[in-house]
Amino acid sequence: MKAFEYAAPSTKEQAVALLGDRWEEAAILAGGTDLLSCMKDNLMAPSRVVDIKGLRDLGGIEYNPQSGLRLGALVTFEQLREHPQVLSRYPGIVQAVEGVTSAQIRNRGSVGGDLNQRPRCWYYRNGFGLLAKDEQGRSLVVDGENRYHAILGNEGPAYFVNPSSLAPVLIALGARVRLFGPKGGRELPLEKFFTIPKTDSEHENVLQPNEILTEVLIPAGSWQTATYEVRQKEALDWPLAAASVALKLGGAQVQEARVVLGHVAPIPWRVPEAEKILTRKTITEEIAMEAGKAAVGQARPLSQNGYKVQLARVAVKRALLRAVQGGA
Amino acid sequence: MPEYRWPEIGTTSLIGKRINRVDGPEKVTGRAKYTYDLKRPGMLYGKMLRCPHAHARILSIDTSEAEKLSGVAAVHIVQEPGTEIQWAGDDVVAVAAVTEQITEDAIRRIKVEYEKLPHLVREEDLAKAGDRVKPFTEQVTGDPDQAFQAADTVVVEGEYGLPVVTHCCLEVHGQVAEWEGDRVTIYPSIQGVERVAGQYAQALGVPASNVRTLMQYVGGGFGSKVAADRWGTACAQLAKKAGKPVRLMLERKEDQEVAGNRPSDFARIKLAATRDGTITAWQSESWGTGGPGGGGSPPIPYIWQIPNQRKIHSAIATNCGPARAWRAPNHPQACYLTMCPIDDLAAKLNMDPLDLVVKNVSLLGPRAELYRQELAKAAELMEWKKNWHPRGDRSPGPMKRGMGLSLHTWGGGGHSSECQVSIHPDGSVEVSLCTQDIGTGTRTVLTIVTAETLGLPVEAIRLNIGDNRLPPSGNSGGSTTVGGVSSSTRRAALNALEQLFLTVAPSLGVSPEQLEAVGGQIRVKGDPTKSLSWKQATAKLGVASIKEMGKQPGPQPNPGELTSSGVGGVQMADVSVDVETGVVKVNKIVAVQDCGLIIDMKTAESQVYGALIMGICYSLMEERVMDQLTGRMLNANMEFYKLAGLADIGELVVHMWTDPEQQRRGVIGLGEPPVISPGAVIANAVASAIGVRVPYLPLTPPRVLAALEKGGMV
Amino acid sequence: MRDQKNKPTSDKRKRGISRRKFLKGVGLGSGVLSSGILGGPLLPEASAVAQAAEVEVAGPTPAPIELTVNGQRKNLRLEPRVTLLEALRDWLDMTGAKKVCDRATCGACTVILDGQPVYSCSVLAIESQGKNIQTVESLAQGDSLHPLQAAFVENDAQQCGFCTPGFVVAAKAFLDKYPNPTREQARLGLGGNLCRCGTYAGIWKAVLEAATGRRDSQRGIGQGGGSNA
Repeated sequence: MKAFEYAAPSTKEQAVALLGDRWEEAAILAGGTDLLSCMKDNLMAPSRVVDIKGLRDLGGIEYNPQSGLRLGALVTFEQLREHPQVLSRYPGIVQAVEGVTSAQIRNRGSVGGDLNQRPRCWYYRNGFGLLAKDEQGRSLVVDGENRYHAILGNEGPAYFVNPSSLAPVLIALGARVRLFGPKGGRELPLEKFFTIPKTDSEHENVLQPNEILTEVLIPAGSWQTATYEVRQKEALDWPLAAASVALKLGGAQVQEARVVLGHVAPIPWRVPEAEKILTRKTITEEIAMEAGKAAVGQARPLSQNGYKVQLARVAVKRALLRAVQGGA
Repeated sequence: MPEYRWPEIGTTSLIGKRINRVDGPEKVTGRAKYTYDLKRPGMLYGKMLRCPHAHARILSIDTSEAEKLSGVAAVHIVQEPGTEIQWAGDDVVAVAAVTEQITEDAIRRIKVEYEKLPHLVREEDLAKAGDRVKPFTEQVTGDPDQAFQAADTVVVEGEYGLPVVTHCCLEVHGQVAEWEGDRVTIYPSIQGVERVAGQYAQALGVPASNVRTLMQYVGGGFGSKVAADRWGTACAQLAKKAGKPVRLMLERKEDQEVAGNRPSDFARIKLAATRDGTITAWQSESWGTGGPGGGGSPPIPYIWQIPNQRKIHSAIATNCGPARAWRAPNHPQACYLTMCPIDDLAAKLNMDPLDLVVKNVSLLGPRAELYRQELAKAAELMEWKKNWHPRGDRSPGPMKRGMGLSLHTWGGGGHSSECQVSIHPDGSVEVSLCTQDIGTGTRTVLTIVTAETLGLPVEAIRLNIGDNRLPPSGNSGGSTTVGGVSSSTRRAALNALEQLFLTVAPSLGVSPEQLEAVGGQIRVKGDPTKSLSWKQATAKLGVASIKEMGKQPGPQPNPGELTSSGVGGVQMADVSVDVETGVVKVNKIVAVQDCGLIIDMKTAESQVYGALIMGICYSLMEERVMDQLTGRMLNANMEFYKLAGLADIGELVVHMWTDPEQQRRGVIGLGEPPVISPGAVIANAVASAIGVRVPYLPLTPPRVLAALEKGGMV
Repeated sequence: MRDQKNKPTSDKRKRGISRRKFLKGVGLGSGVLSSGILGGPLLPEASAVAQAAEVEVAGPTPAPIELTVNGQRKNLRLEPRVTLLEALRDWLDMTGAKKVCDRATCGACTVILDGQPVYSCSVLAIESQGKNIQTVESLAQGDSLHPLQAAFVENDAQQCGFCTPGFVVAAKAFLDKYPNPTREQARLGLGGNLCRCGTYAGIWKAVLEAATGRRDSQRGIGQGGGSNA
């Protein structure tokens, strides 16, 4: 890790003032489980680290039947997992959180950090750049070791997968995010937060170097949610594919469905094709399977990751069945 | 001279019982100091700049900016310009500074220019290996051609393979070096405290008597920590230059890339049996890599003395970190490459593989009968006959269940070892020898042996190990430690006891031969009323301690002696496969294992549990992923170099084989053998569950799904 | 390619305004000041400047740091980049927590921070100030082991022992939260720690055995079939 200076502001105004206009200038520290690894691996070398854990209004989980659920960016995975309203109303969030089977990560990992963590692409992590290109500018991923890479949204030059645990379920719930910068706050749908970079200097979301993600807002609404992750290990491990679903039911019939895939594309991948199939249907094994198929209809696997098409399909099916069966 | 035998079975108070690891409290409290934990006065922190290219020539090195950095105490060029580097991560320049952080800054300031050279880092496709292939001589036994073509012969053909896996010791490789004049003390993280001293002496050009090596705890080795290593020498050179102690530990990434691995093996195999299931012929074309040197040939067919064989092996020289001994070198590969085709043969013959193995048990050589008994025991513990089904679980739903079996062997005879046992007038007892406890329970075993021999509780024994000034003992490798050190200790303790008997016999009015040491007393055999407490007895030594040596020459050929060689075991696995995702879960593994006389049942069982878990790791998850484009290992971490966690192991049932005949064979090593079979048992169980062979380890979702797509039952 | 290692470090000191000077200019008294490595442009808005000026900036050179470890105050001078794990090990000589993966994966560095288990390799020492840091060293009282540690010894939940302190601390935190765990909870509750020797069977048993009010963990996993039992 390169040397840096450290500041722990107590207001978001202070925090933003301490950030810079360029990524190299400053990094935001919340739980640190990803940031410090990135810094140790020289993927980032900020001159200043701004610890935002002291920001008073970035914490807290608030549920209100009228306005919905508000999550402060500093809310940890463990706090989410233990919150009575989250537990009873948002099983899909709890399931996503419990996919991180390390208490140590859940205690530090935050909502904001989860949404902003960098890709785990092993070319990126080994210093070959976010877009993993060789000296001639050709992708290392396409002809290389791409078993964990994207099957959707992979037209290039980005082939990594978005690593967020929460993003799929939050997008399924129609979440919005609030960002705070030097010119004040802005709010946008979480779905629009994520972007696929075209150059190495771009990031994976719209957050600017001098902005902070402050909170996540989930609008009120009665949604049945579920998340299903395919992980090889039950101990701490990254999902190979994941799906989160949110269903608005009228009786047994689906009024509205949202299906979002995780770990299969450079961004959380919403699949309207699958959602369409579900509308005005009763979820059965067959319908769930059909939706799963539709979800990966556009998939274009690379040389080694064809299996992820099947995993994503199954994840959608199982998430749907889990959503209507209630339990975990 | 006493008779050097183990006590009669059934008469022991400690040997064979379940005794707690004596250094357990030190470990659970965090008080145990490993090399990585040492902080010598004024100690500097060393690090290495490593070559980022898999194959390159060093053109120039400029360390000037690093040397200017405040806090940097020494810079040492390990490989000079002109050197051809053969694997990424190889040592180039070592630096020591006052903090680890400054050392890292200094490393960043070093400029090295390389000329990149063509590299090969992948070996699974023989056709792409080109001139890197080094074929061995073909070996033929019997008449394989005739046997494969004989009437009524059933032949299976298949390709099988295991990738390179790393040792991934939790404590990375490294050492602390400290000079005093021309004498150097090394605190290595090592499996051979005594032997490594000589390596340092040679590498540093100092007399052997000037090198002291000290180590109390090592955080895993598994075969990878037996050499001083270039980084060890560099550390000592930094310390010399700086005039201060230096600790240089590898980083995890470096450790994964350069500090050892288990060679891969792939093979195209043909196996034949007559229709009634008599195995007749073997043919194999195998290849694998152990890094730049290519590597050795696996002993296939493993254990089975198949009458007709043709086999050829090719070593592939790759630009990857060199292989090192990895727990039971070559055996896990050979076992997998043999027991999987046998399982496939059983499937083709429509036989239960247990029946096929039992039918051919005579091909297993002198241990055949023991294997037959162990197979029966394992089958009982697994309820094999009740649970077995032909290939492909036909039950509804995506979870398919199946079972697999395998067997293995290992030598494990004790190495040569010398030990000194001292009995002091105050009653204290010291055992001194330069061995090391690499987590296998060596301390516990030595304590038990001495306590048993002297009729004392384990708490009465003080043990000195891990110092090359103590009587020499070998490396802890090849499961040779326990047989060697327990035997030398038994000898030394018996010798010391004899001296004590000589001293105290007159006061009890008997001859020394009439005495025994039991329950903290020296007493007359057959007349327990005539006795002295241990303290009363040792007080008669006056001021002179007893110091007696015991020398174990190595394994002994005859039963009834202290250590012999040759163990085996049978394992069975029960797994579930999610055929929609390809995820494999181990439900249960049964391990039946013989290893001669067991000193401590508790730590012995731990060795087997550990081997099964390590086996689960390499069967399902572990794989060094080399990238041909960049020449780098992409998963040189612990995140994508996957190891099973507590949640991933299932139920493990360990049955130690303790019949009197085996126990009379003396103490034999146990660390390696149980790690041999898991690959085959788990892979065979998966084939049983899903009805198709997944040919390559690890059995990851992509591989399982690919196999299913090619011809599974689902 | 990890070219960074071979590049000379870019000298950021030449660019931009010195933060220290600036902060001094706005009257920040004592406290921790930057040595001026920041190379950023001027902050965009005057109010932001004022905001930032209220915040102490430490480093990049060593700064005074006070840690509360096992109830004891420890005063150190550390660069902000020093992790809590490094501070414990290299400055305080508390080496129970181990550096193994150094990337928030293996759990060997686990300590308890304000009651919660965390990976100390991925927490900065400077951000641990004011927190109650509990390490493995605090569990035993002299020769008297914590019941959980005793259960680890009794069940031989260790081999080389390098992962053991991390497991003990993680298990302690787990049992503090779930005093009566089910087998399944215990199985999943220690998913953040790795062992290479393969001591999980013993750890699983030890955790269940150490759980208060539960002594029914004798069946199932890890039951040796050895006849010398």
